[in-house]
Amino acid sequence: MWPAVLLTSAGTYLLKLAGLSVPHDALDRPRVRRIATLVPIALLAALAAVQVFVTGRHVVVDARAAGLVFAAIALTLRAPFLVVVVGAAAVAAGLRALT
Amino acid sequence: MSERSTSRDGRREVLVDAVSIGIAVGAYGLSFGALASLAGLTVGQTVGLSALTFTGASQFAFVGIVGAGGSYLAAILAAWFLGVRNALYGLSLAPLLNLPRRRRFVAAQFVLDESTAMTISRPTAPTVRLAFWATGISVFVCWNLATVLGAVGARAIGDPRDFGLDAAVGAAFLALLWPRLQDRLTRITAGLGAVVALALTPVLPPGVPVLAAAAVAIALAWREPRWGQVTPTTTVEP
Repeated sequence: MWPAVLLTSAGTYLLKLAGLSVPHDALDRPRVRRIATLVPIALLAALAAVQVFVTGRHVVVDARAAGLVFAAIALTLRAPFLVVVVGAAAVAAGLRALT
Repeated sequence: MSERSTSRDGRREVLVDAVSIGIAVGAYGLSFGALASLAGLTVGQTVGLSALTFTGASQFAFVGIVGAGGSYLAAILAAWFLGVRNALYGLSLAPLLNLPRRRRFVAAQFVLDESTAMTISRPTAPTVRLAFWATGISVFVCWNLATVLGAVGARAIGDPRDFGLDAAVGAAFLALLWPRLQDRLTRITAGLGAVVALALTPVLPPGVPVLAAAAVAIALAWREPRWGQVTPTTTVEP
């Protein structure tokens, strides 16, 4: 695990340093900006979907989905992060306790 | 900033903002610590990520993929991809901070969503450097303290599934994603990313479907968008 932690850290540090160090023109292009904007969006959406709807290698709908629905509603109402996360956990745990 | 901000008030305002943001970020840190424990990381590894990687979305991605049984390679790649935006932040910050070469190596670690948002929102102020350093250091301290609390706390409560912590991971990613969904293109990208990842889940090893979603985003970003403008956003999240 530690080598993976250190490799991750080295990469993210170099990306931060690159922005401060490289000549402005090399990175400041519309395509690079579009990629840097859209890639995190696709990754975060994919990560959310996989965390909620995947068990092992199967796509399933269970109590976690109810937690996600709660999270979406809470975010629409501009709830703070902790409310979103803890509330989603509570909804899922409550549903499991009932079924 | 308000008109009454003389140089002294300006500094004070910056410091108050920096501390407030640090405290707000603590909530993410608590969740991260708890979720990393759930994914099987030791307290040391969890804090190692918070102190060394120190960029929230990348850390959540790493523990999310490892926790789901994905390979380290997939986890590392996802974390790197998510860190690319920090390079663009650095690009905006460099001319404002005008750092001497050696100080850049220290400053780099503090290039974050928060420190960038705080710094570029006051580009002409004499406090621009203070805003960067104060926010960066405040977030660093709060993020790491909260990570320890979350990691230790999660160990104390027993089976995390009884508390719905596995559902909390998805909610955390959704919360990180939410402020970035600003127009049609970003929403289409998010929808496609989720669908592609789920569609590939039965046929690819864990973690890899998530990376496929990144490839979709690159393909979408390659050409000038037909719908809407892509504007880089900074959000309150390390």
